[in-house]
Amino acid sequence: MNLLELLSNLFLDYTLRTVALGSATLGIVSGALGTYAVLRKQSLLGDAISHAALPGIALAFLLTGSKAPLVLMLGAVAAGWVGTLLVMSILNTSRVKDDSALGLVLSVFFGFGLVLLTFIQRRPDATQAGLDKFLFGQAAALLERDVVTMAGLGTLALLTMLLFWKEFKLLSFDPEFGASLGYPIRLLDVLLTTLLVIAIVLGLQTVGVVLMSAMVVAPAAAARQWTDRLGLMVGLSAFFGALAGVSGAVISSTTTRLPTGPTIVLCISAIVLISLSGAPNRGLIWRWVRQRRNRRWLRVEAVLRDLYLLASQHADRDHGHSVAALRTMSYGRGGVAHTLGKLLRQGWVQQVGPDEWALTPAGMNEAERLVAKQEEAS
Amino acid sequence: MSLPQIEIQLIAAVVAVACALPGVFLVLRRMALMSDAISHAILLGIVLAFFITRDISSPFLVVAATMTGVVTVGLVELLNRTRLVREDAAIGLVFPALFSIGVILISRFAANVHLDTDAVLLGELAFAPFTRFVVLGYDLGPRALYMMGGILLLNILFILLFYKELKLATFDTGLAAALGFWPGLIHYGLMTLVSVTAVGAFDAVGSILVVALMIGPPATAYMLTDRLPRMIGLSGLVGVASAISGYWLARALDASIAGSMATMAGVLFGLAFLLAPERGLMALARRRARQRWEFAQTMLAIHLFNHEGLPATDKEFRIEHMHEHMRWEPAFTTQVVRQAERRGIVLSRDGYLSLTESGRQSAQQAILN
Repeated sequence: MNLLELLSNLFLDYTLRTVALGSATLGIVSGALGTYAVLRKQSLLGDAISHAALPGIALAFLLTGSKAPLVLMLGAVAAGWVGTLLVMSILNTSRVKDDSALGLVLSVFFGFGLVLLTFIQRRPDATQAGLDKFLFGQAAALLERDVVTMAGLGTLALLTMLLFWKEFKLLSFDPEFGASLGYPIRLLDVLLTTLLVIAIVLGLQTVGVVLMSAMVVAPAAAARQWTDRLGLMVGLSAFFGALAGVSGAVISSTTTRLPTGPTIVLCISAIVLISLSGAPNRGLIWRWVRQRRNRRWLRVEAVLRDLYLLASQHADRDHGHSVAALRTMSYGRGGVAHTLGKLLRQGWVQQVGPDEWALTPAGMNEAERLVAKQEEAS
Repeated sequence: MSLPQIEIQLIAAVVAVACALPGVFLVLRRMALMSDAISHAILLGIVLAFFITRDISSPFLVVAATMTGVVTVGLVELLNRTRLVREDAAIGLVFPALFSIGVILISRFAANVHLDTDAVLLGELAFAPFTRFVVLGYDLGPRALYMMGGILLLNILFILLFYKELKLATFDTGLAAALGFWPGLIHYGLMTLVSVTAVGAFDAVGSILVVALMIGPPATAYMLTDRLPRMIGLSGLVGVASAISGYWLARALDASIAGSMATMAGVLFGLAFLLAPERGLMALARRRARQRWEFAQTMLAIHLFNHEGLPATDKEFRIEHMHEHMRWEPAFTTQVVRQAERRGIVLSRDGYLSLTESGRQSAQQAILN
């Protein structure tokens, strides 16, 4: 399949278009709202919420008998919300720590959801078909009405986020200050968490309960590496989410037996990996290069200083000194000969005899400047 | 009860205790979510090992899957150490990626063998008694029972042997390092244990139940006691209780056994959360209410003490006017006065209050504090 065909499929093929649009929607919404979760150190809350949503879906079906996406999503939102509330109240009223509270809610709600699912499945009037797609997600089963519901809810969540932009920013970075200004911080917290719950529930049908947490954490973690500004981070995170969603959908459609949810997660993981290593300033490659440059410069400085020290102890400033002498002075730094070569190219040292090195006038100036700077610093 | 029923409950109980033992230390070390990460990531190890051995019951599978669990922990730490992401985010990044690779490998290359994602994640305890352990033609019982029994034994042995080290590394990592106990080694030992347990339990009960049984019973025990040995013991008991009651719940509803056990673990934690003698919600509320009354009584005593021997004693000590002086609701005041009388802090005579000797002392003490 060539690229052109792929593009035309993306627009014309019903299934692929629906799946790609749905994945893009979930990527945008969870990416944008996940930013706040990551910044507020609630990365794993998403994991708990997505697992907690399962019994809500089953209960919504049991109570209404309907499989309309809005009904199931509302059930999921309600259950996810109850789960979050339980985590909060366990944290506030007992000594059980956040990790245990999250893990407990996650596994117990999921277990209860499983009980309900199997309970529904084994009833004689089995009309439950399709409920278990929420476990691992089944993007291929996405219908246009699902995508419409997702887009509607997602737009609502994003608009609310923009409406409370300033408040949420304050809540994420300095809630105490916000409280002192008279903002209802508790209420804002609940609102933001509700938006996160909605974002997670949107993706359950596509990615599934188990992997949805990745779509909350990963886009934001990747975006964090590229910028220090909240606005940019939210935008980038939404973009990464959408990118992973669409490319995951396309890749899995071009290969047989490649489930969409895990493919999307792998795409976003790849984006994270690229961001962690390649992002300017924070990235690992960047950091490694900077460290190397610093270390080299330190060596240059050290040899220059040692030569200066030797020169200042001799009446004759052009008296040469051997590499061995310098090596004993710069104990543990090594590479003296190599560094001397570099200094020679800079024109700061000269070779006055076989294995005899001395500072040039320019090198003398440089060394004096260095020593003065160091004395100033100390 | 039929034999398979008893066997299922026996396996469930053994799994519960085997999970609760390392779980205690996970909960205390604030690493509970590592169980979540490990139990998902082992899927990849199981799949990879399966491709090599082509045998789902090979012991190599257990070793490889266990190693994947430990590697997961290492990856999380590596990512955390770059300081580019926080630890919670690191966990949330690593295990979904590994799990996804596992799921994709299964659906691409192993779709038609007995190895599917549902089974790993959800498990089916009801099938556990069907795989028998047969030696020289003798049926010695279900294989899962021996497997989990062995892992339980391993857990018990590890905790007994390294009890002191585990305890020290858990409560004071710095001191453990200073004394030369290598907390890092203990940490990885514990993580290996968690990994082995998760691997052993996955095909009997599924990885989500592993998480529930590793966190639920220890968290419940944590609500009930302050002592490590008691917490370990209680966790085991609560685990067995969740397992057995979960089994019967599943039978009653004709639903997933693993799910029911997780639900029961949650219910038991809920009970402890509400009713625990010292830390439960009820006990907290009761203590707060009692403190409110005691505080009011002390305030009353201080008021009387401050006005003793002053000219306006008459007016200040009249019971009818007491609520005005204390600025309390009249009904509340009446109750406080009655309680203070019963506790021997004040005496009422002819509509007037006076401090008793013990009331005077407690007022003095409260002022000094």
